[in-house]
Amino acid sequence: MAHGPAKGIGRWLFTTNHKDIGTLYLWFSFAMFLLGGFFAMVIRAELFQPGMQLIRPEFFNQMTTMHGVIMVFGAIMPAFVGLANWMIPLMIGAPDMALPRMNNLSFWILPFAFLTLASTLFMEGGAPNFGWTFYAPLSTKYAPESVNYFIFSMHIMGASSIMGSINIIATIMNMRAPGMTYMKMPLFVWTWLITAFLLVAVMPVLAGAVTMMLMDINFGTSFFDAAGGGDPVLFQHIFWFFGHPEVYIIILPAFGVVSAIIPAFSRKPLFGYASMVYATAAIAFLSFIVWAHHMFTVGMPIAGELYFMYATMLIAVPTGVKVFNWVTTMYKGALTFETPMLFCIAFVILFTFGGFTGLMLSVAAADIQYHDSYFVVAHFHYVMVAGAVFSGTAAVYYWLPKWCGKMYNETMGQVQFWIAFIGFNITFMPQHFLGLAGMPRRYADYGLQFADWNMVSSIGAFMYGAAQLLFLYNVIATIRNGKPVSDNKVWEGAEGLEWEVPTPAPYHTFATPPQIK
Amino acid sequence: MSTVKSHRKVVTKLSLWAVGMFGFALFVMPPLYDLFCEITGIGIRPAERYEAAPVAVDYSREVSVTFAATNNEQMPWAFRPMDSKVVVHPGERYEVKFYAKNLTENDMVGQAIPSLVPFSAGDYFHKTECFCFNNQPLAAGEEVEMALVFVVDPELPSSIKSLVMSYTLFDVTPVAADTVAQLQ
Repeated sequence: MAHGPAKGIGRWLFTTNHKDIGTLYLWFSFAMFLLGGFFAMVIRAELFQPGMQLIRPEFFNQMTTMHGVIMVFGAIMPAFVGLANWMIPLMIGAPDMALPRMNNLSFWILPFAFLTLASTLFMEGGAPNFGWTFYAPLSTKYAPESVNYFIFSMHIMGASSIMGSINIIATIMNMRAPGMTYMKMPLFVWTWLITAFLLVAVMPVLAGAVTMMLMDINFGTSFFDAAGGGDPVLFQHIFWFFGHPEVYIIILPAFGVVSAIIPAFSRKPLFGYASMVYATAAIAFLSFIVWAHHMFTVGMPIAGELYFMYATMLIAVPTGVKVFNWVTTMYKGALTFETPMLFCIAFVILFTFGGFTGLMLSVAAADIQYHDSYFVVAHFHYVMVAGAVFSGTAAVYYWLPKWCGKMYNETMGQVQFWIAFIGFNITFMPQHFLGLAGMPRRYADYGLQFADWNMVSSIGAFMYGAAQLLFLYNVIATIRNGKPVSDNKVWEGAEGLEWEVPTPAPYHTFATPPQIK
Repeated sequence: MSTVKSHRKVVTKLSLWAVGMFGFALFVMPPLYDLFCEITGIGIRPAERYEAAPVAVDYSREVSVTFAATNNEQMPWAFRPMDSKVVVHPGERYEVKFYAKNLTENDMVGQAIPSLVPFSAGDYFHKTECFCFNNQPLAAGEEVEMALVFVVDPELPSSIKSLVMSYTLFDVTPVAADTVAQLQ
């Protein structure tokens, strides 16, 4: 049944092909990335100077909320699901995903979830304004009417993620080519297997949390209403029971990408493969037992604070193993610095930096001071942007020639890298200083003493935003009229089954499974 | 088609797991949290009647107790404490009154839910009589003075110098329909 893609829009609407669906996920996530990025630009433009210039404080709160929700659930997560769709079948020698029709469904409900969410911006009372963590009672008792749309869009995103994860797990467990044992799988496949398990475990908890909100708001229950015998702190526990594994859901596939690219451009096999697998599993396990370090200031018993503090610090150990392995892979390698490699090296440096600030935040006594300050904002942007987004960008540059059979413009890629790298650091490095000096997050205005660094930060943000437009242009230009590549192996140092199929990757690959030595 | 069969097995297991986790969040975590709070003594505790035991009154010490009354947003009654603040000696028995009036034209039933801050004082504020132990039926336009009798335990940690006892009044008419019937 060797046939090509269907013609017209039907190809995309009814497709069950893992490559098509991967492409859809990637484009969708990039569109969401631009939308969320636009909101970030609005935020930084308002914070360019003290006082209120462009928007009203109520709208500012909607911007921070929508920026967070869209970046986490709309940009980063679907981007990695898209990479998983494209690459996992190619990497394990499978003809497609295990459940192709469910794959189609799990993508196509996503645009509706985000349309629902984005439509709240035009509703009376405005979009959700309670922060991406939507703490009760801010998100229940004091929420705008649009919170119900927010809840339903969360439900749909959750359903999409759960279906996507089940599909990924079924694919990896059942469809590996003969001879592809678990310990021979590329690390990207491993990290996604573990991520998918995390998703199946915690997305339903998020669904449970928003369901309880829905009932508190509309059906008179009091899960989170202290006046009715409930407890708003319970919301935070449930949210972070989901939310902490969620941050690893975002970063683990990024680890997988970096573990594929660094060996390719170091022309050396990955150092410490087995320890990478165990470290990933250890991080995943630990992610379930540290959630309350996000809420050191709620008035936990001292024993609880100490437990969550030490357990959190423990995560630095497997993460340190990973960083050590990446650095050691590069050590004495024949390094070249193409765009994907540049992004990966920046990832290792900046992610480690973000990890260290995370370690500072894990100290319960010190966190009382850092809590809800710009220091936290700086910390998680170092791990989310320099972590997940940089590695996603690296992945696109690394695999784009395989996907479309054309080479991107290397100079433009490197220019984009340097603008992004410098812009990123100009944006977020000063936010550490602001936070330590006491500037709280999620406010539309700030004291005059914070003016200089905020202006610097905003300039960096506009730079970083411009780099993304260059990225978009480079990708489109490559697809339209990039220089064709015909080698199966686009990069000389690249290893893995995905480099054994022709370039560009045909619509159907591995109809007969390859033999793994 | 052995692969199809094994897909089914994996998918069934994972789906059940997902449903299980949803149930866990919705039905296990809240009670578990309440249990945890009860064991560690933080958070809100249910209204319990205290059997007064004779204790020596500590006249050397004063503790201020502030009373607050709030209406749940669906509750249209007037509701306020008649003494907003009293200064008490630990061990002594005090009585204060709360005022409530049904401002509507319907017979209704209210229920007050107590909350005490600081949380760590929870074990030392004893209610021997409280309107929050029972629900309060009021006919249309009817008003009532409701009593709260309490003792502050002399064991109250010396660091605590003031307490806030707050009540939120809920409309429980739909679930207390038989009480409404008695008003007729």
